Amino acid sequence: MDIKDKILKIVPEVTFTEQGDTVAVVPLASFRKLAEALRHDPEDAMDFMRDIVGMDWGETLGALYYLESTTSNRRITLRTETDNRENPVIPSVCDLWATAQIKEREAHDFFGIIFTGNPDLRRLFLREDWVGYPFRKDYDMKSNPLNMTNEEDDDVAPTYELGSKGELICGKNVVFAPEEFVINMGPQHPSTHGALRMRISLDGETVKRVDPVCGYIHRGIEKMNESLTYPQTLALTDRLDYLSAHQSRHALCMCIEKAAGIEISERAKYIRTIMDELQRIDSHLLYFSCLVLDMGGFTPFFYGFREREMVLDIFEETTGGRLIQNYNMIGGVQADLHPDFQKKVKAFIKHMRGIVHEYHEIFTGNVIVTSRMKGVGVLSREDVISYGATGGTGRASGWSNDVRKHHPYGVYDKVEFKEILRTEGDSFARYMVRMDEIMESLHIIEQLIDNIPEGEYRVKTKPIIRVPEGIYSQSVETSRGEFDVILESHGDKSPYRLHYRSACLPLVHTLDKACRGWKIADLIVIGASIDLVIPDIDR
Amino acid sequence: MNNSFLDYYSLQPVTSWIHDALCSVMPEALAIFLECVVIGVVLVALYAVLAIILIYMERKVCAAFQCRIGPNRVGGKGGLMQVPADVLKILTKEIIRLKNSDHLLYDLAPYLVILASILTFSCLPWNKGAQVLDMNIGILFVLAASSIGVVGILLAGWASNNKYTMIGAVRSGAMIISYELSMGIIVLAMVVLSETTSLSGIVEGQANGWNIFKGHIAAILAFVVFLIAGNAEANRGPFDLAEAEQELLAGYHTEYSGLHFGFFYLAEYLNLFITAGFASTLFLGGWMPLHVAGLDAFNNVMDYIPGFVWFFGKTFFVVWLLMWIKWTFVRLRIDQVLTFEWKYLMPTSLLLLVLMVVLKVSGLVF
Repeated sequence: MDIKDKILKIVPEVTFTEQGDTVAVVPLASFRKLAEALRHDPEDAMDFMRDIVGMDWGETLGALYYLESTTSNRRITLRTETDNRENPVIPSVCDLWATAQIKEREAHDFFGIIFTGNPDLRRLFLREDWVGYPFRKDYDMKSNPLNMTNEEDDDVAPTYELGSKGELICGKNVVFAPEEFVINMGPQHPSTHGALRMRISLDGETVKRVDPVCGYIHRGIEKMNESLTYPQTLALTDRLDYLSAHQSRHALCMCIEKAAGIEISERAKYIRTIMDELQRIDSHLLYFSCLVLDMGGFTPFFYGFREREMVLDIFEETTGGRLIQNYNMIGGVQADLHPDFQKKVKAFIKHMRGIVHEYHEIFTGNVIVTSRMKGVGVLSREDVISYGATGGTGRASGWSNDVRKHHPYGVYDKVEFKEILRTEGDSFARYMVRMDEIMESLHIIEQLIDNIPEGEYRVKTKPIIRVPEGIYSQSVETSRGEFDVILESHGDKSPYRLHYRSACLPLVHTLDKACRGWKIADLIVIGASIDLVIPDIDR
Repeated sequence: MNNSFLDYYSLQPVTSWIHDALCSVMPEALAIFLECVVIGVVLVALYAVLAIILIYMERKVCAAFQCRIGPNRVGGKGGLMQVPADVLKILTKEIIRLKNSDHLLYDLAPYLVILASILTFSCLPWNKGAQVLDMNIGILFVLAASSIGVVGILLAGWASNNKYTMIGAVRSGAMIISYELSMGIIVLAMVVLSETTSLSGIVEGQANGWNIFKGHIAAILAFVVFLIAGNAEANRGPFDLAEAEQELLAGYHTEYSGLHFGFFYLAEYLNLFITAGFASTLFLGGWMPLHVAGLDAFNNVMDYIPGFVWFFGKTFFVVWLLMWIKWTFVRLRIDQVLTFEWKYLMPTSLLLLVLMVVLKVSGLVF
């Protein structure tokens, strides 16, 4: 049965908009009913919540819910809104999808939407004493002058319920009781891989609860985008997940090209795909290095850097950038490939295949490594789907979630590759998935490198790009999981709202689940094994 | 066994001559006092110089393991002046006192650590006739003195008034106290083999073959256990969880700066050397050249090499082994460390002690 008919059968009042993506506009009163029905649909449950995007449509405040089925990979977007701007109340869906808990916090933080039933509606990125909700269109930019006082940690989380007469009742959930031994980790800590802060409640060395405190590198990129032209927005994607710089930018370019109806050349598609895979190898090599370093192994750390250096040199020759390449443009890529590109990539593939055994000899087979990683921090398949933990973390728990397979883009439909899946769901499985993906990426590049078609690397575009009205989205598989660009255009030269689905925000949300009951040393290893990049969380 | 050539390198006549010369111009008590001062200064100087050598060695060795070059800028080729420059820098750093720390204990802790380290350091047999502290219970004194260090570590962690240092100190306390058991039992096994607890006696006893050969199976296994336990005692990887920087920043010495931090750092490196030094004393003959019973010509050739060369050679060999281990393995977790000790290492060392006694009693050792 078509998904539209199914929705109409559950809630007949739903209307559909078809500008860009198909969006089901759901009346607020029946939203919860529809969500429950879709989540528990016996044939094709929409069990993966990709994202919740808070929205300010001027008159109304609301959210877009991006759902996907893990069995059929069908997708649907729900839109619901409320016209009460004073107390915008939307029922929470965090009992249906665990990931909704943190996504609703984000929407609450930026739009002030109150999700009734969410157990923890603290601010996620901004300070607790922040005035107003900055992503609302009527937000006063001068309402928060530079604050020089320290932020007090709030140990009590507010939660809201609707009373019998429709009034809001504010409850309190205790995050950390006063007698708990809470240690603070970060934002300046060697193993948080950036400005992540966690508060950890300990019993001896055993972790009782992890509470990530995000926002230390929050730059308001989504808000900035609303005042930038489309070509200008590109530069900021590289600063999200700096180890997936190329892939994130690829997603945004594809989204704008799709929306503006720009057809790019085959050559550009090939180049983008090869670069995506090189970036994945680069990221996974750094993943290996960081993981071993977090476990106290200094020597294998340098192995990863040794090979990564070759990838970075290849990047540098063609794009001029090493960490952040700024290479994708709307309509293609910035510059043509360097004449040595193919030769160097082939040399790298040969070198990497020949040397990967060193990684396994010093690290993978080591008895300390296996005893510290096998069976530690297990996430079940249900957990990763519910938390929306995509990428290698999800695949290590047996969830087939590779966007390259299920929703191909670039030239992934023309190459043959395996999706690496493991079933254990522990730190070791997460590690092995990455190591095997390096090999698989080499395999993909090998198939493409000799067949790059001739043609122009960039099609001419108009100097000012206007995107027709509508809601568009594009997903890619970055090094850390599914990255989505969600673009709402009102026909201007800059987006009405441009939202990114961070691959790492759901991952950091799983930390609490994965680490409870393990030791503080395991927390570090689990954190490294699920592969966090902090600027991607905070955006 | 003809030991005449060994006596040629002995420092005993020199020290006696100095003592007699001093006694002829001043009362004996004053002479002994002066000698003690001089020897103390020499020890501390040696301690500092060895630390510089060890840090340089560590940096070069780990660079070699990690496909790097290591220090190569300061002081010309090879970066020889890098470590002295670092030492100079640490000497000029301010010693920061925390507002809410326990000042007395906070300042006392690094001295306790360095005291334990220097006390054990001074028991090392450098050469024939060149052993500073030599008493008939020598090896037991070493075990006792080395235990003072853990008090310093616990105090440092506690007095800093910081949750990270506290966790580091408790980890370290639990680990060092546990591994001291294995260490003590293994030392007992070697005492059984050597029939003496005096360090000079143990070395002299290896004149006709090093203990590791004399005790064969039991001694080789004991050597391995000793290295593991010694590595844990010295808080070095893969047992460096007390100062696991990826978990606890710098563990118990997070809050220390300047020279106080330098003391911890110094003690850490010297403990590595001390562990290696006692491993070579107990198992590899200390300053005793390689002797094979019956091959007198060969033994004579070996005797031409002075004892302290043998001692440093063996010790640095063991240091290098420990560095190899540190730069290869990843860190263990605290519960794994304790499980390993209490369930595997200690029973093994008890068995080794029994085995050694059986071998000794039935005359199966050489």
